[in-house]
Order: sequence, then structure tokens, then C-alpha cells
Amino acid sequence: MALNWTRYASPASFHPLAGKLIPWFGWGAAVLAAIGLWLGFAVAPTDFQQGEVYRIIFIHVPSAWMSMFLYVVMAFWGALLLAFNTRLSGMMAQAIAPTGALMTFLALWTGALWGRPTWGTYWAWDARMTSELILLFLYLGIIALRQAIGEARRADRACAVLSLVGVVNIPIIYYSVQWWNTLHQGASVKPTGSSMEATMLWGMLVMSFAFWFYAIAVVLSRVRSIMLERERSAAWVAALPEVGSAR
Amino acid sequence: MLEAHDLAGRRGHADLFAGVGFRLAAGEALVVTGPNGTGKTTLLRMLAGLSAPAAGEIRLNGNKVAPYSQELRSSVAYAGHLPALKDELTAEENLSSLVQLAGAPVAVPELRAALDAVALGRRRNLPARVLSAGQRRRIGLARLAVLRRPVLVLDEPATALDAAGIDLLAKLVHEHLDRGGVAVLATHQSLGLEPERVRSLVLGG
Amino acid sequence: MTMAATAPPGVEAAFGAGGDGALAGLRWAVARDLRLAMRSRAELGVQLLFYVIVVALFPLSMTPERNLLATMGPGVLWVAALLASLLSLPRLFATDHADGTLEQIALSPYPLEALIAGKVLAHWLTTGLPVALLAPLLALQYYLDGESVGVLVAGLLLGTPILSLLGAVGAALTLGLRGGGGSLLALLILPLYVPVLIFGAGAVDSVRAGLGATANLSLLGAGLALALVGTPFAAAAAVRIALD
Repeated sequence: MALNWTRYASPASFHPLAGKLIPWFGWGAAVLAAIGLWLGFAVAPTDFQQGEVYRIIFIHVPSAWMSMFLYVVMAFWGALLLAFNTRLSGMMAQAIAPTGALMTFLALWTGALWGRPTWGTYWAWDARMTSELILLFLYLGIIALRQAIGEARRADRACAVLSLVGVVNIPIIYYSVQWWNTLHQGASVKPTGSSMEATMLWGMLVMSFAFWFYAIAVVLSRVRSIMLERERSAAWVAALPEVGSAR
Repeated sequence: MLEAHDLAGRRGHADLFAGVGFRLAAGEALVVTGPNGTGKTTLLRMLAGLSAPAAGEIRLNGNKVAPYSQELRSSVAYAGHLPALKDELTAEENLSSLVQLAGAPVAVPELRAALDAVALGRRRNLPARVLSAGQRRRIGLARLAVLRRPVLVLDEPATALDAAGIDLLAKLVHEHLDRGGVAVLATHQSLGLEPERVRSLVLGG
Repeated sequence: MTMAATAPPGVEAAFGAGGDGALAGLRWAVARDLRLAMRSRAELGVQLLFYVIVVALFPLSMTPERNLLATMGPGVLWVAALLASLLSLPRLFATDHADGTLEQIALSPYPLEALIAGKVLAHWLTTGLPVALLAPLLALQYYLDGESVGVLVAGLLLGTPILSLLGAVGAALTLGLRGGGGSLLALLILPLYVPVLIFGAGAVDSVRAGLGATANLSLLGAGLALALVGTPFAAAAAVRIALD
């Protein structure tokens, strides 16, 4: 098993592997999303406190989870890069950042759309929203740093350090609601008075997997382009059918 | 004492050099020459431990050394393009500061003697800002003389030096090699070293 | 006469016992950076003046109603402290990088983390500490009572070192980049500064609301502890990356 993994650590072998995996995750995401949206919008009952509006959580919550999860994964690849200096680690971290930023933006936007009818305002400076906004700026900062440092190797390593410094923010987001409750008696919104209804839970779970599969498909696709761009002088790139036919 | 095997260097997408190797025994010097942009500075920075080579390895006293390894940091005295001086400090303060940074507790009389030896004795209390480029370089020479590290890595050490300065540099390198140290120099300046001591490396050719 | 191919004894002593080496390195960096700062006193004065002016601008820009100012005060003083810190960060590494000293620092037998910690300490002594000490005077413009000012200063004393520590990481990451000193550095660091701002200003708000500042100040203290442990390593890694 160990042998198998290290073999795929080289871009030349990871490129075709990723290519084969993308359709599976892509279609998987589509199917899961269909099921999840059906559960969320057609099957789950109306919430007695919030009516139909609450249904936005089927997009809001999965995207928020993904925004945090992707950051941790990106930081993990960064740590691998700093420890083992493999090219693939840097490329994976680079590929994740834009999708992570998108998820964060989506979480903030759907959060605002949910907030308007529920709290009467698009934005409230509560703990979770503020930390999620900070997360967005962390992602944007990493992307900006990479742009500013032209050279791939230095950019990979600098972004790895930055993402590891920022990873402290993730637990802050996650626990912020509890911590802030000890400081100010803040109210956090729940879909129902008590624990969540079964269909709602299932809907959110399925949508989370859908987002996760989507993220994997997109990141793998992006990492393939990054590989082609970075390794463009390598022999295996020249031998690819899509590269050969472009000439 | 200092060896390199199969070193390769690149800057971004550009491959600067590959397959570079040499072996220096105590008392020998490596003179690196080549046109601009062929990677002389990159190679010297690798030997100083600032940069990791794209390929190959460097060995000091038979032990493989990586960038920033403790052995490199305590055995190598590196002088790059810039003289590493603070404008606000005097010549003597600069020398003292750099020497302390290198972990060598040196007494004031010895520092002053070193400055005298490079003809900066009377200027030792002037801020580095008012010294000429050649005088600033000579503070660097004083530093190398005081530190007495086994390995010297000098990138274009003759820059801005007048004839007297070059004599001082040559004397420094000679004495260093006589003591059994090794030196790697990127320079076109002839320092009058005996051919038996000198190995030559030409990049970009 | 041949020379042993190892370093002379003085150097061994410098890095032999890790602790000794680290402390000596820290001392070297603090002493040198403070001396350099003292020789460029004018520059320090300008940065403090910037802080004073920014704080004074806000009451000028609005109706100086007492309660409004007292509510805004802590936030303004903290944001100004942030900006002053940001303004002074290029001084930390950029000048050393430009004259070649940073390479010598990185190649020193002393641990780079200790040398950087020393530089950060010197930076805080010349930036954060004066800001914290000036705050009571400036807080007069905002009609803050004694207890609030006390909590404000305590928060600044805990928080400004965090700003210097995090700033060091940002400054090291953006070394030598075009446009790096300014906006990019701000973009990278401000998100990391935000929690410090929230807890620091929040401490004063809590006290004014009668809730006590212990929770906020403890969180700042925890943040400082975390930053002290983690940032020298991150900054050292960033410096080595920039010098590669």
C-alpha cells in the first residue's frame, strides 16, 4: 500500500489517475446534489419557526463546512510540502485555494440571504459570520501572495507557511459560538426548537457529500492544469495526446 | 574537505547549471568564473547554505550538509554582493556586531587591530554611511580575518577594491589557505595564488 | 601548520547548549535593533505621530457627542494601534534584506528563531509599547473613565506584542516583492489581526457594560502565549524561503 501511494506522488503518474477519477466524482456530485436538493426542498417539512426560508441551510451549512474543511486540507498539503518537499503537495495546495474561497463566499452569501428574513438584517457582526469573513480574507490573501510571488517553488512554500499560520482560525470559527456565549449572551439560530428533524439532517448530510465530491472533482481538474503548466518542459507532458494534437 | 557532487541549479523555469562537482582538500581554492547569469552566485549561495540545490549534494568533512545545517553555519564565512553593513553604525560597531553575530566573542583591541590591518584604523568611529564603497568592502575583509572560519565563500570579493584593497584580499586568502582552510571564490581578479592550490570551474561553457 | 577543519572554540560555545545560543542570539538582536532604532529616532517619532493624528481625526470628523465618543473610543484606539504597527513592519526585515545583513543573520550559528524573536521584541519596544503608554493620554479625547482606560492599556500591552509577532511573519513572507511592503502585507496580516482587535476593544466594551474584562483579556493572553511559541518558527521559515 505504501508503495502504491509514493508512486502516485509524481505528477507524471498522478495526472492520468486524476483524469480517471474526475468523472466519477463529478457525476457522483451531481447525483448526490439531486438527491439532497430533493430531500431538502421537497421532502423535509416546513419549519414551525421559520417557514420555508430555512431551506437555505441545505446550501449554507454544507458550504460553510467545506470552507473550513478545505482550508484544513490545504494547510495539510502545505505541511507535507514543508516536511517532504514533493512537487505534488504544492500543486494540490494551489488547486484547493480558489475552491475554498468560493465555498466561503457561498457560505457568507447564503448566510446573508438567510439572515435577512430571519433576523431582519443581511449582516450581523456575530462570532461565526465574522470568523467566516476572516476565513475568506485568509483565502484571498493566500491567492494574492501566490500571484505576487511569481516563482512556483517560493510561492508554494510561502503559501504553505501562511496557511499554517491561519489554520488557528478554524477552531476559532468552529467554537466561536460557544465562546462568545460566555462573553455576551448571544442567540444562535436553530432550524427547530429541539433537535433537528431526521429528513433535514439527511438532506444536509447528502448535500455535504455532494459539495465534497464537487470540490474533489474541481480540485483534481485544476491540479491537472497546474501540472501541465508547471511541468511543461517535461517529456511526459509532450507525449500527452491533448498536448500533441494542439501543435 | 569540501566536496560537491552533481550539483544542479535553477531559477524558476531556467536551468542554470547541472552536473557540477569538485573536491577541495585543505589549503585549496576553487575559482569560479563564467559570463553573467550563468549561476555563479546561485552556486556560491548553495555552498554557503542559503539555497537548496535542485539536484546533487554537498559534503563538508565527508558529511552531507543541507541548507542551514549547523555545520555549515559554524564553518563557513560567506560574503555576498552586499557588504552587510548598517549605515547608522560606525565601522568598528559594524565589525563588532557582525563578529558577535557569528558567535565569536572578540575583544575590542583585536577588532581595532583588524581595522588597522585594512587601513581603516583612523576611520573606525565614522558611520558606515560616509565611507566609500571600497572602505566598506574592507570592513568585510576585516571581518573575514577576525572570524578565521575554515571555509570561505566569497562572491565577487574584488568589487570596488582599489589596488591596495586587492592586495589585502590576496593576502587574506593566502594566509587562509596556508592555515589549511578552503576557499571558493567567484572572481575574475587574479590573486596571485599558486596554480597547484587552485582548481578552476567555469560555468556556462 | 594545518587548521582543524572544525570551527574555533568560541563558535562551539555559541551554539553548543541550545539554550545559551538562543539567549545570546536574542540579546544580540535586541541590542542591535534598539541601537539602530535610537539612531533613527526621527523615524520612530513620525510613526508615533501618525498614531496620535489618526486617533485625533475621528472626533474631528463627527459631532463630538460625549457618549458617542466614549463608545467609539476603544475601537478607534485599537484600529489606530493596528495601523501604526502595520506602518512600521517594513522596518523589521526589509532594510536588513536590502543591505545583505539578513543573509548573515540567517547564516549565524545562533538559532534564527531566537534572532527573529529579538528583532520582534525590539520592534515592540519601539512601536507597541509607546502606543500602549500613550493611550491613556489620547483616551482623554474620548471621555473614557479610569477603569476603561486601565483595561484599554492592559489589552494593548497584551495585544501589541501579538501584532508585532504576526507582523513579523507577514513581513518575512512579503520580502522583496513588488508592492509587497504595503497593500499585500496588509491583506495578509489584517485578517490575523482581527481577533486581537475584537478581544482588545471588546474588553473595554465589556467593562463599560459592567460585565468585567477577564474573559477578553484572558483570551488575549492565550493568544499572546500561542503567538510567542509559534510565530518565531513561522517567521524563520518565511525568511529562509525568501532568501532561497
